[in-house]
Amino acid sequence: MLRLFKKIITTGVVTEKCKVPKEDELERLGIQIKNHIDKNFSGSITIRAVDAGSCNGCELEIHALNNPYYDIERFGIHFAASPRHADVLLVTGPVSRHMQTALLRTYEATPNPKWVVAVGDCAACGGEFGVSYASCGAVSNVIPVDVVIAGCPPTPQALMKGLLGLMKG
Amino acid sequence: MSAANWTANFLNQLTAAAISVEQFSLPSASLWQIESRHWQQFATLAVGQDVRWVAGWAEHVEGRLFINACFEKQGVYVLLRTIVNAAKPELPSQATVYPAASRSERHTQDMFGVHFTGHPDHRRWTRHQAWAKHDYPLRKDFPVQGEPETVTPPDKDYQFIKAHGEGVYEIPVGPVHAGIIEPGHFRFQAVGELILNLEERLGYVHKGIEKIAEGRTPESLARLAGRVSGDTTVGHCWAACRAMEQAAGIEIPPRAALLRGILAERERVANHLGDMGAICNDVAFIFAHMQFSRLRELWLRTNAAVFGHRLLMDRIVPGGVACDLSASACTLIKQEIVQLSKELSEIITAIDLNSSLEDRIYTAGYLAPEIAAAFGTVGYVGRASGQDRDVRRDAPYLPYDHASFKVALEDQGDVASRFWVRYKEINASLKLIKQFIAQLAAGSTLTEWQAPPAGSEALSIVEGWRGETIAYVRFDADNKIARYYPRDPSILNWPALEKLVLNNIVPDFPVCNKSLNGSYSGNDL
Ligand code: SF4
Repeated sequence: MLRLFKKIITTGVVTEKCKVPKEDELERLGIQIKNHIDKNFSGSITIRAVDAGSCNGCELEIHALNNPYYDIERFGIHFAASPRHADVLLVTGPVSRHMQTALLRTYEATPNPKWVVAVGDCAACGGEFGVSYASCGAVSNVIPVDVVIAGCPPTPQALMKGLLGLMKG
Repeated sequence: MSAANWTANFLNQLTAAAISVEQFSLPSASLWQIESRHWQQFATLAVGQDVRWVAGWAEHVEGRLFINACFEKQGVYVLLRTIVNAAKPELPSQATVYPAASRSERHTQDMFGVHFTGHPDHRRWTRHQAWAKHDYPLRKDFPVQGEPETVTPPDKDYQFIKAHGEGVYEIPVGPVHAGIIEPGHFRFQAVGELILNLEERLGYVHKGIEKIAEGRTPESLARLAGRVSGDTTVGHCWAACRAMEQAAGIEIPPRAALLRGILAERERVANHLGDMGAICNDVAFIFAHMQFSRLRELWLRTNAAVFGHRLLMDRIVPGGVACDLSASACTLIKQEIVQLSKELSEIITAIDLNSSLEDRIYTAGYLAPEIAAAFGTVGYVGRASGQDRDVRRDAPYLPYDHASFKVALEDQGDVASRFWVRYKEINASLKLIKQFIAQLAAGSTLTEWQAPPAGSEALSIVEGWRGETIAYVRFDADNKIARYYPRDPSILNWPALEKLVLNNIVPDFPVCNKSLNGSYSGNDL
């Protein structure tokens, strides 16, 4: 147990210790997001991530938002387990036809007002998979999309910028 | 070494059983062609010799269907083929002998309309409701666009296995799960908290990868292969490129091979770090989750700084690699390895003595070695249940043929074993990266591409981070792909999850699932 505490103490708080210039940008971004959230959403927004057919690359980077470097929760952004608790749906992947109804139902289950963010090139335009017998392509072919975050996959920073775009939008 | 012998002895056995075999040779494997009526008998004889069923797929070639199955023993791979008429394709099932072949044959049934006689389970697998029962997307006359309805209805009428009895209840989970993970459906039967049975229903992220691969150029196929399963972008891309290179008779420069090795080991480390953290997270041990995800993030940042992509997508291209390492980048990587080893050993010492972690991961999710063997389980899942198998050692390819490393092995078969195997594999990967960097000599990183003759085919097998990863490629005329089949390790490992959760409690399902960490995308294609 002592070793554990020692590691915690020697690791320190990496979240605030970022000295690389990029990280300042991250802080700035985060604070901007926070200001918008405070103003328009009374302090916090809740996101529900929906994989509608991705290759799982986008999920890895969405996960990264919760690692101690980005720690996106400190800016008032929280991931929920149910669409019923969500303000924002973060949808990845081309929408596979086998997921089309599940995505529609998830969208319907999200209370109004709601926003949809299409994450990644696949969600934006179908990406490498396009439209086929098995894929509906872009998320906007299935549900209305408010913001698109391009990238394959988008980096955690691009994700934060995209979310800020949504807040400002 | 008896490696060459098993095929020789086995061929004798086949002759004795009056099964005639036409032999051809492919790079990485021998190709044996037999009559379709002997399909099952071959499997029966093979299982008797402890030969492992590895993969199965079909191909529509001018009115005929090529049915393929791949087998392995002692690192020697055999590609078995039979040809049936596409008008009424029927042959005896191998799934009666090899449980691992079951879902693969159901995939071939759904995608090509092949009837496997005697198959223990004729339910559809990959097909949900996006195409009709008598349409077969991988037949050449099926248009890539298909004829989908405006809204594809949800999957219905799938006959799940039922359990009856006092106190037995059913829990349906998914396709949309609670976390940030891929979609799939799990059907549990439980009594109290105890899991009596689990049935997986996958196929939700089927996006027609095999179909849209047809007609691509080598570069375009490499990009698609890198998206079969995003976490294995290096593994699948390498397998596909190597298959294409072998089909085209192209040798990549030594420097490119070493760089591929470095990329693959970096992918292994990144995923293992993520998984070790996630396993701890699933038993609410946040300290370790945060530490591992911190180390993973640092590792990905180096990927971005040195190779230009955090997940290393599209770094491997047909003929070589699209990246290089400068001397200063090599120094940076070596320093990073020293730092990571130090931090890991600190964290591991801290958590190894932690009883709350021990309580949850030891004995949970036990996969018996016999079951792991029967299902042909690969990668860290197999190795944690005593399956001493690693393509890098057993069927070495460049640059592993000159590398020395120890294959991690555990035999307890529980979540803890799968955790520790990953830890050992990280250490082995770090050593390998250092060896590869030491061997780097100046030189080119790309061999010029040469279009292969129509009909050229090859099978390539690499050890991706999840385990044995396979790509089969056949070329058409004009440098175009006629057939691409990627076999993700998850295809062999998913069925093991149904077994290892039995008699565990429902709340331990997430950690059991995470310890296996199958790819949905790699499975559904
Ligand atoms: S955008 Fe890229 S990473 Fe995201 S799902 Fe598509 S292929 Fe995968």
